[in-house]
Amino acid sequence: MSHSAPTAASRGPREWSPEQRAEIDKILARYPTKKAAVMPLLWMAQDAWEWIDLDVMRLIASTLELPPSHVHAVASFYTMFKKAPTNRYFIQVCHTLSCALVGADKLVEHIERRLEVDEHGNSKDGLFTVLRVECLASCGSAPMAQINEHYYERLSPEIVDQVIDALRAGKHIPEPRPEADQWTFPVS
Amino acid sequence: MDFPRILTGNWGVPDSHRLTVARSRGTYGRLPKALGMTPAEITTIVKDSGLRGRGGAGFPTGMKWTFVPPAEKRNGKPVYLLCNADESEPGTFKDRYLMWCDPHLLIEGMIIASRALDCHHGYIYIRGEFRFVARRLEQACEEAYAAGLLGKNILGSGHDFELSVHVGAGAYICGEETALISSLEGEKGQPKLKPPFPAVEGAWRSPTIVNNVETLSVVPWLIENGAAAYKALGTEKSPGTKLFSVSGHVRKPGVYEIPMGLPMSQFIEEYAGGLLPGRTLKAVIPGGSSVPVMTPAEVAKCNLDYESINTNAGSYLGSGGMIVMDDTTDMVAALTNLLRFYAHESCGQCTPCREGCGWMYQILCRVRDREASEQDLVTLRELADNIHSKTICFFGASAAMPVQSFLTKFRSDFLDRVQGRGAGAA
Ligand SMILES: Cc1cc2nc3c(=O)[nH]c(=O)nc-3n(C[C@H](O)[C@H](O)[C@H](O)COP(=O)(O)O)c2cc1C
Ligand code: SF4
Ligand code: FES
Repeated sequence: MSHSAPTAASRGPREWSPEQRAEIDKILARYPTKKAAVMPLLWMAQDAWEWIDLDVMRLIASTLELPPSHVHAVASFYTMFKKAPTNRYFIQVCHTLSCALVGADKLVEHIERRLEVDEHGNSKDGLFTVLRVECLASCGSAPMAQINEHYYERLSPEIVDQVIDALRAGKHIPEPRPEADQWTFPVS
Repeated sequence: MDFPRILTGNWGVPDSHRLTVARSRGTYGRLPKALGMTPAEITTIVKDSGLRGRGGAGFPTGMKWTFVPPAEKRNGKPVYLLCNADESEPGTFKDRYLMWCDPHLLIEGMIIASRALDCHHGYIYIRGEFRFVARRLEQACEEAYAAGLLGKNILGSGHDFELSVHVGAGAYICGEETALISSLEGEKGQPKLKPPFPAVEGAWRSPTIVNNVETLSVVPWLIENGAAAYKALGTEKSPGTKLFSVSGHVRKPGVYEIPMGLPMSQFIEEYAGGLLPGRTLKAVIPGGSSVPVMTPAEVAKCNLDYESINTNAGSYLGSGGMIVMDDTTDMVAALTNLLRFYAHESCGQCTPCREGCGWMYQILCRVRDREASEQDLVTLRELADNIHSKTICFFGASAAMPVQSFLTKFRSDFLDRVQGRGAGAA
């Protein structure tokens, strides 16, 4: 992935917690093979340890009785599995056609300028990582960005500034405006 | 317009995603009837309704279901039902709202489909960016399990169906059904050559039906109202209603359910709110970014059904993801944007697709930046022609069709940008 710094040093061997083990048993019960659990376990590991290093891959491989190279191949194929850390707030701005038609490029340039990001997309204050991504299936509420797990839709530079200020002020990530419950977006 | 809201009837109802609300609105009310029918009876209704797959290809759903080999020819192998909730085709954003507003409708549809397919294991494969939607689906599944609507012996019918949500991790190609199956199995999400078709040999080499979220969500209504009622809506060859997600230069982008066959310009005007004041129409991509672009003259001739768009514009209804572009649009930049997407998302297995998409994107960047020659446009066209139909999966054609159609239908926009041809013009 191009959005983050080169792979950081290993964080040391990993073990699952008892809670994670219980969750793994539930996951395995859903599939006819252990191999099918590789993506669910990668997600679980990323939730717990923020990104997937070689030790995490080894742990998943031994849990699922797979060659570590297979876990590595799967983790590498899917862009959402982070192979290196990102900053605390990961801003993924959609720049595909529908968003581009209504100002995505200006929006992302504004964000990058405001956050003074480097060539890896990391902000000067160390709080944000900014990445341009392809269509997030929110094209009707363009332009938009996903910040960590939340969708922020119908963004303007002004709204983005408010969100950034709130995050910088140490406030919890503000809940997105409830546009997920809305499916038409009149342009005012 | 007066027609039944088959897919959007519960949208906007407070807490429509919760089981108690869903049940009060009739969801799961069709289950006793469906579970009392034979699998063949259910499949016959779906076949007779004329329902066609809403994932993009428009393949008749009932017919697809009949491709699953009968039990005696399956060597004891189970049948799997996969719901395709990958929704990654640029311009398409209907399934997200369907799952967000009415997850129980999808679950009910999957239970009925599982009964028809003699299937006891289903998965909803959802793109990783939709984890917030996946959580809502998981909650809905938990509610359904607790109420005896999923799991063993559903409503005392003797039918068992286990359903879970499988979250992808950022790869457009996983929406292609064989790639989706590979991904579910814990492999890289790379497509496989067909045949064998998934209905015969799919997930874990067992018969597997892959259907789109919207397709499966129609099924309960068919059980309740019958095939004839569905056929009475829409056109003869494209019956029923369909969700259209419209984005770009319109005043009311969003998701709308309409009966098939509505004139396209009426849809853009009345539902999508028309263009911004003072603008005129430049182009429309009707069915997700992969289908050929349409000119305003074609838009004026077409209705929103599979046949009309194909006959009158050589394009496809696809997923119903409509991207509207007005006269402020730079068509070269628009196509370049799309090719960046395809170059980024090619899974890399086939040389024409892997190399060709990257190459087309690079040429387009040069055209956009006025650094290309007319010969480059010829090369671009040849590249597109050489990718189409020469790859493992349909992704190759999906990348080629925008190029071919933009170059043909908006030729002067491209000529104006190459060297020696009006290069000074703005
Ligand atoms: C490159 C590519 C991407 C696709 N993406 C999706 C998708 O995101 N969602 C979907 O339902 N179908 C997608 N499809 C179509 C599926 O392969 C498959 O035809 C569909 O899920 C079948 O369901 P249906 O018959 O109900 O439409 C895609 C196909 C291709 C070639
Ligand atoms: S056509 Fe492209 S996306 Fe499809 S299998 Fe070949 S390389 Fe992969
Ligand atoms: S184009 Fe940006 S969300 Fe689809």
